[in-house]
Amino acid sequence: MKRVDHAEASSHFIKSKAHVEFHDKRLWDLRGKRDREAEAIPEWEELRALASAIKEHTLSHLGDYLEQFDRNATANGMQVHWARDAAEHNQIVHDVLGSFGARVLVKSKSMLTDECEMRPFLENRGIEVIETDLGERIQQLDDEPPSHIVVPAVHKLRGDVAEVFSRTIGTDPKKSDVPYLAESQRRHTRPYYLKAGAGMTGANFAVAETGSFVVCTNEGNADLSANLPRLHIASIGIEKLIPRLEDLGVFVRMLSRSALGSPITQITSHFRAPRPGSELHVVLVDNGRSERLGMEGFWPSLKCIRCGACMNTCPVYRRSGGLSYGATYSGPIGVIIDPTFNLRKYSALPFASTLNGSCTSVCPVKIDIHEQIYRWRKVIAERNQLPMVKKEAMRIAGRVLSSPRLYRLAVKAAQAGLDYLPRSMIYNPLNAWGKQRELPKAPKGSFRDWYLKNR
Amino acid sequence: MSSRDQILARVRRNQPAAVALPEVPLFDGVVHDFQVNLARMGGEYVQGDPTAFIRARFPDAAVICSTTPDVCGNRPLPDDPAALEDVDVGVVRARFGVAETGSVWLSEAELKLNALGFLPQHLVVLLDPKTIVPNLHHAYRHPAFREARYAVLMTGPSATADIEGVLVRGAQGIRSLTVVACR
Repeated sequence: MKRVDHAEASSHFIKSKAHVEFHDKRLWDLRGKRDREAEAIPEWEELRALASAIKEHTLSHLGDYLEQFDRNATANGMQVHWARDAAEHNQIVHDVLGSFGARVLVKSKSMLTDECEMRPFLENRGIEVIETDLGERIQQLDDEPPSHIVVPAVHKLRGDVAEVFSRTIGTDPKKSDVPYLAESQRRHTRPYYLKAGAGMTGANFAVAETGSFVVCTNEGNADLSANLPRLHIASIGIEKLIPRLEDLGVFVRMLSRSALGSPITQITSHFRAPRPGSELHVVLVDNGRSERLGMEGFWPSLKCIRCGACMNTCPVYRRSGGLSYGATYSGPIGVIIDPTFNLRKYSALPFASTLNGSCTSVCPVKIDIHEQIYRWRKVIAERNQLPMVKKEAMRIAGRVLSSPRLYRLAVKAAQAGLDYLPRSMIYNPLNAWGKQRELPKAPKGSFRDWYLKNR
Repeated sequence: MSSRDQILARVRRNQPAAVALPEVPLFDGVVHDFQVNLARMGGEYVQGDPTAFIRARFPDAAVICSTTPDVCGNRPLPDDPAALEDVDVGVVRARFGVAETGSVWLSEAELKLNALGFLPQHLVVLLDPKTIVPNLHHAYRHPAFREARYAVLMTGPSATADIEGVLVRGAQGIRSLTVVACR
């Protein structure tokens, strides 16, 4: 499988100045809104500590909580399925749809179904799948994966959306005002809720003690998908479990505040039992999670509640765009999850970070994201997955930095080099740092020279 | 071995060392204003007679469906939720409200048809102000959660900011949410 080249892929996104600047500004704006919400709650840090501890407790007893959820959900009248991997998940969904004779599926946003590549699987078998979240629908119609786990089309400008919609759902190509585009999607999508044979959602949380699950959305599309067709299927990753109803207080208070800077999502729905005359199926999906649970130093990534705060704050993500990660999960959280799916394919991603730690400090469940990024770099170096240029550069840097004599020589050479070497030699293809930047002017002398003279 | 047993066996083999489950406090420190918080989320909180309010606010509404005896609609609730498609105004009474977020709590007991909360163009929710709890920690200790098949904390109209962050209210569900204080 081909290695994702994050730097190369992001170079395509960077080409459009308008897109990069807007993307950066929009996500930083979300970060600012998140800060204002967090600062308005005196117990915010206590909530983070609680959320982290509740998740760690659940993960350390996950087997028991999964069984408890299964037992209670079944007693409530849900049908619970278990999928070891993406293929089994997709097959289960297809079989359930088949047992209902459902040919049209309306679904709300679910990163898990993206992870399982469910849509093409179903479409190849004649099922029409309609993504109903506006951002996800834009991406579906443009045949692109989501670029952000909360705002899937954040890398697009209104003109891009107008182009996609005029090509696919017949809007006026000259009209790109946002309310017109959103209204067009509303009118296009609503008839599907009425005629669909089945609705599908993901879940943000699954509560073991009540056998219920929670879906947090703003558009109303998940509840239309779940409450109109007579079949509702929910795909839930096994790490979504929490023990008690009261734990939701902690997580729901933080989820939307961290994601969008709003106190709660417009619609926070709790599904405990099917509507009379309907069926409610839950698919509990492993797909690598149980293996990740055993990975020392990496399992805390399973605490993630998919708020996207780490993406919004990340300087690399904001300036490279989610699609450049070439994976379902992008940004800092993607950087630490993706290598567990395929180390070789995603070996470049842990280097798409400045290790500034901003992701860790905004994470509502206190995942040590930047430390895990650093740990992945070590794993990748040990398993010999570094590209040649990086490996050689690191090998030479290691030798130079471990010898004071070599280091002093190198500093002198660099000072002289920057002053006298021609540009073409300094900005050579191996100098990745200098691709979009000017190297700083070298100071006249080193600190050591100054110190020896002035001590 | 079934998939269930395989997953559970692998989970149990790989579980990290046990971490204790903390108690969750009620965090009563801050006094929250229901009306202010609902307004931030795009909802409106009004006082007075709900029927008079609906007549004044939605003079052109052709179809009004109500599930509360406090307000008379002009069409009985259908059996099929899809038949709510042309409803202009849905009316329902909430079980309780949450001050911290400006949310109202609705379940199948109040909505009768869950889709009533989403398919109509506008939703009017009656709320007894005495039922407003301070924050989400109180809300999640409400026994109603344990009985409802389906329960929703609704906070303002359906909304989206998926295109350039421009806020559009009335994404796919209700275009407006008004909460009428009414005992």
